[in-house]
Amino acid sequence: MGQAADFENAARRRDIANRWLLSAPTLLIIFVAAIGPLFIVLVYSFMVKGDYGDVKPWQFSFDGWFGVLFQRDIFDDTVTWSDTHLRIFGRSAVLALLTTLTTFVVGFPTAYFIATRPEKSRDIWLFLVTIPFWTNLLIRTYAVMEVIRNEGLFNTLLLSLGIIDAPIQLMFTNTAIMIGMTYVYLPLMVLPLYASMEKIDFRLVEAGYDLYATRLQVLWRVIVPLVKPGIIAGSILVFIPALGAYVTPRVLGGGKNLMLGNLIDLQFGQGRNWPLGAALSITLMAIVMVALLFYARTASKQGGAHG
Amino acid sequence: MARGFAIKKLPGFTFIAMLTFFLLYLPIATLVVFAFNGSDSFVNWGGPSLRWFEQAMANEDVREASLRSLWIAAWAAVLASICATMAALATTRTAPYRGLTFKYAFINQPLMVPEIVTAVALLILFSRIKVWSGYSGLGYLILAHTAFCIPFAYLPIRARLESMDTTLERAAADLYATPWQAFKRVTFPLLWPGILAGFMLAFVISLDDVVITEFVKSGGQDTLPTYMLGQLRRSVSPEMNAISTVFLALSVLIVTVFFLVNRKRV
Repeated sequence: MGQAADFENAARRRDIANRWLLSAPTLLIIFVAAIGPLFIVLVYSFMVKGDYGDVKPWQFSFDGWFGVLFQRDIFDDTVTWSDTHLRIFGRSAVLALLTTLTTFVVGFPTAYFIATRPEKSRDIWLFLVTIPFWTNLLIRTYAVMEVIRNEGLFNTLLLSLGIIDAPIQLMFTNTAIMIGMTYVYLPLMVLPLYASMEKIDFRLVEAGYDLYATRLQVLWRVIVPLVKPGIIAGSILVFIPALGAYVTPRVLGGGKNLMLGNLIDLQFGQGRNWPLGAALSITLMAIVMVALLFYARTASKQGGAHG
Repeated sequence: MARGFAIKKLPGFTFIAMLTFFLLYLPIATLVVFAFNGSDSFVNWGGPSLRWFEQAMANEDVREASLRSLWIAAWAAVLASICATMAALATTRTAPYRGLTFKYAFINQPLMVPEIVTAVALLILFSRIKVWSGYSGLGYLILAHTAFCIPFAYLPIRARLESMDTTLERAAADLYATPWQAFKRVTFPLLWPGILAGFMLAFVISLDDVVITEFVKSGGQDTLPTYMLGQLRRSVSPEMNAISTVFLALSVLIVTVFFLVNRKRV
């Protein structure tokens, strides 16, 4: 009896050792090229900036972190809020939230439409939503640019119809960034929404109508609560990449409408302030982690409630 | 309830959905159509022509960048799907063991961190290593791409493993197959569609990357997306539409195959 248990234990131990061996390459690669470097960023955020980029070896300071929110006057050393940075944080937050909202407004009916198709054609509709998602982000951004720029489709069409006299300047505005991000991140909203809508038990909807609910009431009181996990998942999935967006604001926003991602880029390029760039990166990551934790908590609560 | 009352219907939803699909494909369609435009300008339609494709083909930079993109994507996808297959075998079909959650967290980590953060982190690390080692080849890009491709390759492989019937493998073991023989003759052939799907996802994800590549690449290592990003800053010519169209077609092709492979499974 004891021997058999020993034997089984040994087999189990061997199995687990094998499993560690099998996962070693993955763990190693992700450690070297994804997780490990983040610790270096953390260390760099506490170092002194070098004169031509990079940092000075083994000199530490809080200047990088100080620079995230404040600026010091070069002449009289007075400390003030960094208006530029605050404006960029504000723009990033507002644009990311608005993008989440617009993808939701557009994505909710779309996901609902797909979820209420006959089972066979759902796959095709879903596939149509995902195709743009798998094509290059830059190409999609460029495609948006083709439509909204001054000589683009939108303006050409309105001009030739005589609706406007001069092209509407959309490129290099916050609106352009928002349109672009909505376009680019829409599938990230539709897919999780669809996943929870697919599971709706329409007998509940029917019960709502039997109890004389209007369509709006059914939508608000029955459907929305049922797909809440999908709404939260979709919002998080859109909000996170939108907040850290780099390509879309760079292409559609031009040099003036920076977002957080571009501000970070700037510090490693022309700004030559790597510690500040590192501190900004850690800040962005911290916000994302908070959002993910929030998601994990609500998701586990929802999971408990709905099985 | 009145007969014919459609309980699933919500007013305006179908209209918005149709509009969404239209708007989703409008920019892409515009891009593709103007890639075949014979005239120099975006505004006028000069009849169908392949001149922009010819011009792109003749452009040395574009040729080199495209080949480099495909080369990196091929390496990253091969490495990522091998690693992900091993990792999936290590993390599925088992009672929970110490470190399993840790492994999940590790594998999914590249999905959690904003790309720009990983990009600057790799810039810092690799710029140091480049100075120390004197090596500045494509290895850095391949390593970086492999890392963020692994979670994507892992997903379909894991899904496939979890839905697989274990009786066949047990039968193999009963017939005195060694673990390796059982893997080679039973598990692997059954797992193959998952691995293929994982490979294709990883390939597309690698081709798609702009941000990390932009920060990790050394001089003269432009991939097609970073080349395009550089061009977009200066001027846009319909040549960009031609390049985009080719890459779009490639992605759509891969995803369609992926879709069909996955569909057959069900």
